[in-house]
Amino acid sequence: MDEQLIAIVGAGVMGTGISTLVVGAGLPVVLVDVDQGVLERATTAIANGLRHAQLTGALPPGRTPGELRTTLSLSDVAAADVVIEAVTELPDQKAQVLSAVSALVRPATPLISNTSGIPIDEMAAWVKNPDDLIGTHFMNPAYLISMVEVIRGPQTADRTVESVLSLLTRIGRRAVVVHDAPGFVTSRLLHPMINDAAQVVRAGTATVEDVDTLMQGCLGHPTGPLRTADLIGIDNLVDALEALYARTGDERCRPSELLLEKVRRGELGRKSGRGFYNYSEAQS
Amino acid sequence: MTPEQQTEKAPFDTDAVVDEITRFVAEQTRTTPDVDQDLFTTGIANSMFAMQLVVFLEQAYRVTVAGPDLQLSNFRTIKSMAALVGRLQAESAADSDV
Ligand SMILES: NC(=O)c1ccc[n+]([C@@H]2O[C@H](COP(=O)([O-])OP(=O)(O)OC[C@H]3O[C@@H](n4cnc5c(N)ncnc54)[C@H](O)[C@@H]3O)[C@@H](O)[C@H]2O)c1
Repeated sequence: MDEQLIAIVGAGVMGTGISTLVVGAGLPVVLVDVDQGVLERATTAIANGLRHAQLTGALPPGRTPGELRTTLSLSDVAAADVVIEAVTELPDQKAQVLSAVSALVRPATPLISNTSGIPIDEMAAWVKNPDDLIGTHFMNPAYLISMVEVIRGPQTADRTVESVLSLLTRIGRRAVVVHDAPGFVTSRLLHPMINDAAQVVRAGTATVEDVDTLMQGCLGHPTGPLRTADLIGIDNLVDALEALYARTGDERCRPSELLLEKVRRGELGRKSGRGFYNYSEAQS
Repeated sequence: MTPEQQTEKAPFDTDAVVDEITRFVAEQTRTTPDVDQDLFTTGIANSMFAMQLVVFLEQAYRVTVAGPDLQLSNFRTIKSMAALVGRLQAESAADSDV
């Protein structure tokens, strides 16, 4: 029981960070993506992530990491004790992955979505056993941020909540369980704020640096909203805002033209080396 | 390799390394830090930038930072980073002599 196999589907920013967290805690991971190049980059990023976690003291020294296996074959999730879905924030892609996964795993296997804000109950329609489905919103980088938001859908079973909370404890995370809604708590608050920050820059009120510096210095934001946008990935931010806008009608969630323009130019943030800021090539 | 050759080939120039690291930190953070300044307590560096520093030093000076060296105290100041690079280069030079 204590050596649960964790399957993670989607090896992008979040799949990589969550894999780092889980293997760093000593548990084995099977990481799935549709792109071999992505899996190769993820393997390097996970090795670097483990060093990063050690450097910042997020990982106790001397612990042997769990085994990491990468694969292009989704059917490899069949043996997993828990599956974490971290694919692109597009409902169609999530629907396809979640329904395929739910047909592959044993019954009562917790099926976790790391969605930024698509309601769990909406996704419940896509899976075989809605009681196994739950949301766990890890933040980037998952191996450094110890707090996670757990979203319980109206159909989520108690046993699913319990086993996910015990897994989170096992990997050193603290959880707050919330109810289901578009964007839950953290994205409902953070995403429109970042979007507004982009609008403030677009309106010429202040520079990118000054917006972040004010939010840090006056309001205690640890990194500033625009540096956070770069950390999230501006493409994902736009997808998540679109998903929120479609489900809330809140104009503050309609992606700023500045964000859309950055995505068109491929300036996606840290992951592409440039977003609101430039990152050295040395960036992993 | 004889000691003279080694000294001729790669004299470790601490001042130059200090300058290079200062330039990197300045470019990346848009600040002008002192060489003795604690970059982490003064809010110049954060946990994300810490890893950029590691990778920068590894690539610029062809060293590997691993094991017990991989701790924040080695990266707190520009001077401590230059000292780490000096030590790692000396260690790898000593290894290749054996
Ligand atoms: N980036 C963040 O800070 C952050 C934070 C919390 C939650 N999230 C959420 O986590 C999820 C992943 O986000 P990300 O930032 O890692 O995105 P990303 O674009 O970096 O990565 C998504 C990955 O999913 C893969 N993928 C797409 N379809 C697939 C399929 N059918 N099977 C397997 N892999 C597939 C893609 O190849 C890509 O590698 C999203 O739902 C996002 O909203 C992101």
